[in-house]
Amino acid sequence: MINFSNVSKRYPNSYDALKNIAFTVETGEMVFITGHSGAGKSTLLKLIAAIERPTSGSIIVNGQNIGTLKGAAISILRRNLGLVFQDQKILFDRNVFDNVLLPLQISGFDPKAATGRVRAALDKVGLLGKEKACPITLSGGEQQRLCIARAVVNRPSILIADEPTGNLDADYARDIMDMFRSFHQVGVTVLIATHAAELLGGAQQRILTLDHGKLAA
Amino acid sequence: MSVWLSHHSYALALALKRLLRTPFSSLLSIAVMGIALSLPAGGYMLLGNLQTFSGHISGAPQLSLFLALDASRDEVAQIRSRLKQHPQVASFQFVPKDRALQQLKQGNGLADVVDSLAQNPLPDAFVINAKSTAPEVLELLRAEIQKWPKAEHVQLDSAWARRLDALLSLGRLAVLMLAALLSFALVTVTFNTIRLQILTKRDEIEVSKLIGATNGFIRRPFLYFGAIQGIAGGVAAWLIIALGIYLINGALADLALLYAFDFHLRHLSSEDSMSLLLFSTWLGWLGAWLSVASHLWQIEPR
Repeated sequence: MINFSNVSKRYPNSYDALKNIAFTVETGEMVFITGHSGAGKSTLLKLIAAIERPTSGSIIVNGQNIGTLKGAAISILRRNLGLVFQDQKILFDRNVFDNVLLPLQISGFDPKAATGRVRAALDKVGLLGKEKACPITLSGGEQQRLCIARAVVNRPSILIADEPTGNLDADYARDIMDMFRSFHQVGVTVLIATHAAELLGGAQQRILTLDHGKLAA
Repeated sequence: MSVWLSHHSYALALALKRLLRTPFSSLLSIAVMGIALSLPAGGYMLLGNLQTFSGHISGAPQLSLFLALDASRDEVAQIRSRLKQHPQVASFQFVPKDRALQQLKQGNGLADVVDSLAQNPLPDAFVINAKSTAPEVLELLRAEIQKWPKAEHVQLDSAWARRLDALLSLGRLAVLMLAALLSFALVTVTFNTIRLQILTKRDEIEVSKLIGATNGFIRRPFLYFGAIQGIAGGVAAWLIIALGIYLINGALADLALLYAFDFHLRHLSSEDSMSLLLFSTWLGWLGAWLSVASHLWQIEPR
């Protein structure tokens, strides 16, 4: 469960990125966050992963107050989140397999069991045949799927994606969205920030709309 | 436990991989560490050898005990038996006054002078070899014998040993200072190596932090790297000293043949070698730790 109450975020020497945000996402829910560019979508997601700290208000994720977490507790929190970053953050000095393996190495997974997990995650996103490939040789859609595989390999209870379809054409984007839906169907809480509202058409999921840092009703 | 183990084996494997990925620069760093460490460690080895050597040639330093001129035969016999029983005395030799006079006559061309004397001015004497070579023990022994009846004067022939001892402790101090300076240099070598590594691994560090790596997890491979480089530097220093000893001993063998004495350098004892390795490992670790502590906080994901 994710709960925001009266959360504001002001960057130093800048405008208020978020003003008095309050909402609750129940466990197993799938929520889209939309809004114009600069509306505060990325900031909101970063607050959940403690990449940014709120200026005021409190954020509760899985029973923990994110604003007060320090050091190793933040690391443990992030291991329970699956993060797909807007700028992907793929490591190009290692192959696809090793990119997906990294979160398991960080959690101290047994190497043999980890291999199985990585293959399973790659299989889910349809990259099993490319595990030895260098990320630079992958297409844009495949790189995005690699990011998703890395996000879900730890089997997190919450999956957070920032513009996962940002630079993909419509077909690829639909693939990616279907993938997130399938994770939602197996009980994962999913939060997706997107400005591509047309992809949401027909979906009955909940949509939070941000406008200049405020939550539109 | 298994998480702990897999974290550490991961860090060790990663450190080795990084070391082997740049073999040439790794070798250079290790060579620098080895050469820098071999100077003080080699100096320490030479001092150790010199001390053993001085112990060999001086044997036990001697004490000369001169008796009073009026000492009777009985009193001489008494002193003889006391020396025999004394636990600190290894051996002794009695030099009666007549023989001393004769030696003086023969030795120094003083025959005329000696002949002109009305009576023998020389006392009976004992030359004593002590069991210990330590200056303090010898001094105690000298003071003790001095108090015996009819002991006129006891002279300690250990001035030479003392001077050497003082020189050796001066040498030890110099080696210690050299070691301190070079250790500092080695810490900075590792510090800079790790700093460069952190800069080139920026992306990896940032992503790792974002997906839940603790600072300890990120720090560990760098610390292992420093420690491995340190221990390799220690091994290199040991090998450099071994090579030096091999070359010097070859030359010493010729010298020993000419002067008919047996002297060859020995390498550091196994305890000292172990200390060298542990110390160099610690230096590498310290340099890495300082570097990580001062650079890692700069990489905070945004």
